[in-house]
Amino acid sequence: MDKFTTLSGIAAPMPLVNIDTDMIIPKQFLKTIKREGLGVNLFDEMRYRDDGSEVPDFVLNQPAYRDAQILVAGDNFGCGSSREHAPWALLDFGIRCVISTSFADIFYNNCFKNGILPIVLPEADRDACMEDAERGANARIEVDLEAQQITLSDGRTIPFEVDPWRKHCLLNGLDDIGLTLEKASAIDAFESRAASDRPWV
Amino acid sequence: MSPKTLYDKIWDAHVVHEAEDGTCLLYIDRHLVHEVTSPQAFEGLRMAGRGVRAPEKTIAVPDHNVPTTLDRAKGIENEESRIQVEALDRNAREFGLNYYPVSDVRQGIVHIIGPENGWTLPGMTIVCGDSHTATHGAFGALAHGIGTSEVEHVLATQTLIQKKSKNMKVEITGQLRPGVTAKDITLSVIGRTGTAGGTGYVIEYCGEAIRALSVEGRMTVCNMAIEGGARAGLIAPDEKTYAYLKGREHAPKGADWDKAMAWWATLFSDEDAHWDKVVTIAGEDIAPVVTWGTSPEDVLPITGTVPAPEDFTGGKVGAAKRSLDYMGLTPGQKLSDIEIDTVFIGSCTNGRIEDLRAAAEILKGKKIAVKRAMVVPGSGLVRKQAEEEGLAQIFQDAGFEWRLAGCSMCLAMNPDQLSPGERCAATSNRNFEGRQGRGGRTHLMSPAMAAAAAITGRLTDVRELTAGVDA
Repeated sequence: MDKFTTLSGIAAPMPLVNIDTDMIIPKQFLKTIKREGLGVNLFDEMRYRDDGSEVPDFVLNQPAYRDAQILVAGDNFGCGSSREHAPWALLDFGIRCVISTSFADIFYNNCFKNGILPIVLPEADRDACMEDAERGANARIEVDLEAQQITLSDGRTIPFEVDPWRKHCLLNGLDDIGLTLEKASAIDAFESRAASDRPWV
Repeated sequence: MSPKTLYDKIWDAHVVHEAEDGTCLLYIDRHLVHEVTSPQAFEGLRMAGRGVRAPEKTIAVPDHNVPTTLDRAKGIENEESRIQVEALDRNAREFGLNYYPVSDVRQGIVHIIGPENGWTLPGMTIVCGDSHTATHGAFGALAHGIGTSEVEHVLATQTLIQKKSKNMKVEITGQLRPGVTAKDITLSVIGRTGTAGGTGYVIEYCGEAIRALSVEGRMTVCNMAIEGGARAGLIAPDEKTYAYLKGREHAPKGADWDKAMAWWATLFSDEDAHWDKVVTIAGEDIAPVVTWGTSPEDVLPITGTVPAPEDFTGGKVGAAKRSLDYMGLTPGQKLSDIEIDTVFIGSCTNGRIEDLRAAAEILKGKKIAVKRAMVVPGSGLVRKQAEEEGLAQIFQDAGFEWRLAGCSMCLAMNPDQLSPGERCAATSNRNFEGRQGRGGRTHLMSPAMAAAAAITGRLTDVRELTAGVDA
């Protein structure tokens, strides 16, 4: 997993509430057995017409946002299925940070496993980011994970919360499985205890 | 000892390690695996030279991509789908997992076959790379969906890194009125709390109306906990749970059963347990409901009318406008005037024997008035039982297609899809844009309501068809 330390980039505004995982990456693209290559189909049904041509109004098709690295979204982003294809598609497109007032639980977890930082902000702060995002290439937003701070284009700063363990893993690009396997003896001990307490499991 | 909720008790029994900041390593008793969210995880294991730690606790089944037509033995036409199912087959055999291939009569939707074969038991921790894993909570098991990276983590370590969620109680008091089902309960709860109302929580459903539900109905309720944003839904086990489990292939036997029962009997929320959030709904206030929009929270009684965007506030105004446009509906239109093209009965929400019985009861001796209607049993065993009970004949006589088991048109990864503009009465769980096929329009409802819509060709209050009949 790539580290996430600081990010300075264009933010794309998506004020719609309840943007679900079927919108982020429709099911026909879940048939892949790879993690890469999904960026071209990110938001596929909103982004392309039936004949495959681009919908010009869609935010990521507008010249200012084609290289967006940040999404600022409406409430409850990522609701729906557990598909990790959603963060894979965002990452493959180049999005490394999503800002909203709330995220669906599984999507939120999945982001951290892929080097994407989901930031939860109070509504007013999210709206301030949204205003900046709407200014397109005229406004770059800076995200500093170490300092837990967003800097808007006018220099205004917004603090954000993040779980210390997840922050640590993201800053250092750590592999969860390797870390858990260091606790193998604790897992062994649990299993032998469980084998006598709950032999039917 | 301080009083605990059911969630607290299951959690505490599975903590392998707790860090100072409260991050826990949680032991996983059962890991369910399907073909869509697992190939990258197995690939990750191979690349790191890792194995599956507990193959005996890992259960694999293809369900999302499999065709449900009767000729499916000839193979999967779509190349990508076929490769994905073949990858699961290879992985299941190579790593020695418990495996139900397409050719096995026990194959079916992962959340239906887990309980059916006795893999799902009270007090367990159960995960799957699928958000509807919450279904298994109906047995008093802590069950939730995970992403593919976490699937790989569980395969390699049989544990999951987790922080505890908060406790939410959803109490359904009193009794349901005739024509009202488990599906109406779970949709009504989401209609009340919203799709983010449960975010950060594990829900325990309780109250007289929940106790009165069958185990199948409880699975329907817990299945959609995720649509309410919750990590998991739980219902404390009771005599109905034990009666369901006893004798199932992988349920404990003999002395193990007695020992298990002794522990299961402790699995309830203590009277003084702390709840971070409580929602109470009177069972009598719940009506047969349908969804009108493109979010599962867009729920109204069938007697209602299509709302207007101005009826909402904040970001929901724009979302409602978009939904109405997508769904092709006009504010003020009676819900019962909405004409239906297609009926889909099935899914992990409502693909069990009880669901098929409820639909068949309405359809008996009637003919469909829609363009197409299909029943997709949740598993090969459900299908077999429905045939033995004569339900399959009722469906076929009415004009329904009688399919083989799979996820089918719930998410339309296989050929069972809606066309643009096609309007469907569905017993599944999501009405998102494009969910059942690009441009397809989904109305969620109970199996009885879907059957009623099939007969009249429009969204219909099932009580109109059962008037004078004892429910």
